[in-house]
Amino acid sequence: MILIVVKSIKTSIKALLSNKARSFLTMLGIIIGVAAVIIIMSLGAGAQSLILSQVKSLGTNLIGILPGGSEKNEPPASVMGITITTLTYDDLLAISDKKNVPHLVAVVGYYNGQDNISWQNNLYNTSLRGSTVGYLDVEGGEVAQGRFFTEEEERNLARVVVLGSTVKKELFGESDALGQYVKIKKQTFQVVGVMKGRGTVAMQDYDDQVFIPLKTMQKLIAGVNHLGLIRAKVDYDENVERTIEDVKITLREQHNIKDQSGKNDDFSVRSAAQALDMISTITNALKYFLAAIAALSLVVGGIGIMNIMLVSVTERTREIGLRKAVGANNFNIMMQFLSEAVTITMIGGIVGIVLGTVISYIVSLVFNILGYDWEFVVSMFSILIAVSISALIGIIFGLFPASRASRLEPVEALRHE
Amino acid sequence: MLIDVKNLRKEYCAEEVVTKVLHGLSFSIEKGEFVSIMGPSGSGKSTLMHILGLLDRLTSGDYFFEDKDVTKLDDNELAILRNEKIGFVFQSFNLLPRTTVLDNVKLPLTYSKRKINIDEKAKNVLESVGLGHRLHYFTNQISGGEKQRVAIARALVNEPSLIFADEPTGNLDSKSGIQVMEILQHLNKMGNTIILVTHETYTAEHAQRIIKIKDGLIVEDVQVSNRRIATDGINLK
Repeated sequence: MILIVVKSIKTSIKALLSNKARSFLTMLGIIIGVAAVIIIMSLGAGAQSLILSQVKSLGTNLIGILPGGSEKNEPPASVMGITITTLTYDDLLAISDKKNVPHLVAVVGYYNGQDNISWQNNLYNTSLRGSTVGYLDVEGGEVAQGRFFTEEEERNLARVVVLGSTVKKELFGESDALGQYVKIKKQTFQVVGVMKGRGTVAMQDYDDQVFIPLKTMQKLIAGVNHLGLIRAKVDYDENVERTIEDVKITLREQHNIKDQSGKNDDFSVRSAAQALDMISTITNALKYFLAAIAALSLVVGGIGIMNIMLVSVTERTREIGLRKAVGANNFNIMMQFLSEAVTITMIGGIVGIVLGTVISYIVSLVFNILGYDWEFVVSMFSILIAVSISALIGIIFGLFPASRASRLEPVEALRHE
Repeated sequence: MLIDVKNLRKEYCAEEVVTKVLHGLSFSIEKGEFVSIMGPSGSGKSTLMHILGLLDRLTSGDYFFEDKDVTKLDDNELAILRNEKIGFVFQSFNLLPRTTVLDNVKLPLTYSKRKINIDEKAKNVLESVGLGHRLHYFTNQISGGEKQRVAIARALVNEPSLIFADEPTGNLDSKSGIQVMEILQHLNKMGNTIILVTHETYTAEHAQRIIKIKDGLIVEDVQVSNRRIATDGINLK
């Protein structure tokens, strides 16, 4: 049996070599299909690793507390634009208390908005971040000029702002912003600091925002008493789970919730690890979806193979007759044409893998040159899939022409002109 | 007895039109004979050869090949018989294109279950028809006469009981034709049974016996009185 297979493959390669141009064109469909699958799988994996590493760079030891309860894997209602006012500044203080949550090293509370900020005749629409002074400790970032606002300013509803680098540029251009007065909602604020540019990380633009002391934001701009979000930094990664529990217990106490099961919670606590999980689930789904579309082109390639094989059977009818005359049985002929189809697809598959890998590598090089931390991955899995799909396509689309060839009557085949 | 045919009939059905080609032939051929089947085109001689060569099936009648009733065999059994017992030489050579002389001759052996050194066997046979120097030529690089000798080597390589030659000289110049006939006569002298299909009396007279066919019937079955012997001085082993 193995001998027959080896023999058939040898014969097939000879037959394919004897018609190089046609064999190559037939292969092209498979080459492109396989290369597309490999490239998409590789780029998907690269993009995924880029996104994940960016999210990780923000810190996997961060937790977020959102108002409103939620199921484990669903976003809380507050995310979907419903205003929930259950999270307060007192909660922030309770969480910050080491007696309640021992492993937190920094906490920041937010109330965010979006509005125009103006200086002289310049007007710019940006996001307003009402935050507590813990911002730098939790989220990182550096002040390029001036300073961040102080705890005292926060407590005293001081009218000060710290500008993101984009906002500074939009409003002030090259001129100095420090000490200048800007207007937000007809209120005047003094610029005390300008943040250093940080770019967009994990789809969040860190530079296109203005920092305002939380209470100032609440009272003078938004006119609310609650917080939109609390973010906190845990000392070590391994303490994240425990800290989430500590935070929950503290908040239940704050909100007089007796039920410890979590069903009645009016808040949600999430960790960055959970976010990572969610992101990889989404990116995985996208990756496989795209690969499936690319695999469709393999089917088209397979139909091309069937087409060419049918032509080849007709063209070689006399050869089939001769082979039968000298003793080939139907199975021999079937195997010959089937193995030709499989050989075409397998060679096409291998070339496709090489081509796809090379292109993926070039893309990863380009991304790295552009300064992204892009990982070059061609997984064994995607190669395996590409090879098995092309072999399968060879068999499926070779079967019909091969069986047609094998059923030819020897005498009819010999008479064929 | 090598071939025993009784009342052999063949008809073709195409789109409900029945064409009768052979109308009941009976004859037998012994081992070691050199027989010509002769007749004008359309007489049914090619059809007869295809049936005798197990390439086609008869419509009715009996056909015993080496005392075996071949009408009862299935496709695969017929393929084995063709492979082991029968060699074909065609008018148009039917060599595989873009393939070497040696590979063409090896072809029947690749479908054989016999365990022998295929390369060596094919080389020996090619040398015996005087083509030892052409082993690795492609079939489009050799002359018509050489092509037909390759075809003969291919027919011989499995040491068949019977060799069919269907107008073997039809596409050849007369010198090459004589060479081919000389080889066939030589093979016959070595004990091979040969059935030659032709429409030329001249060629047919190289055989020992002529079966003449006309309109699907045997009109004459005679021994050749003054047999032609082809000599071209070709060096045969």
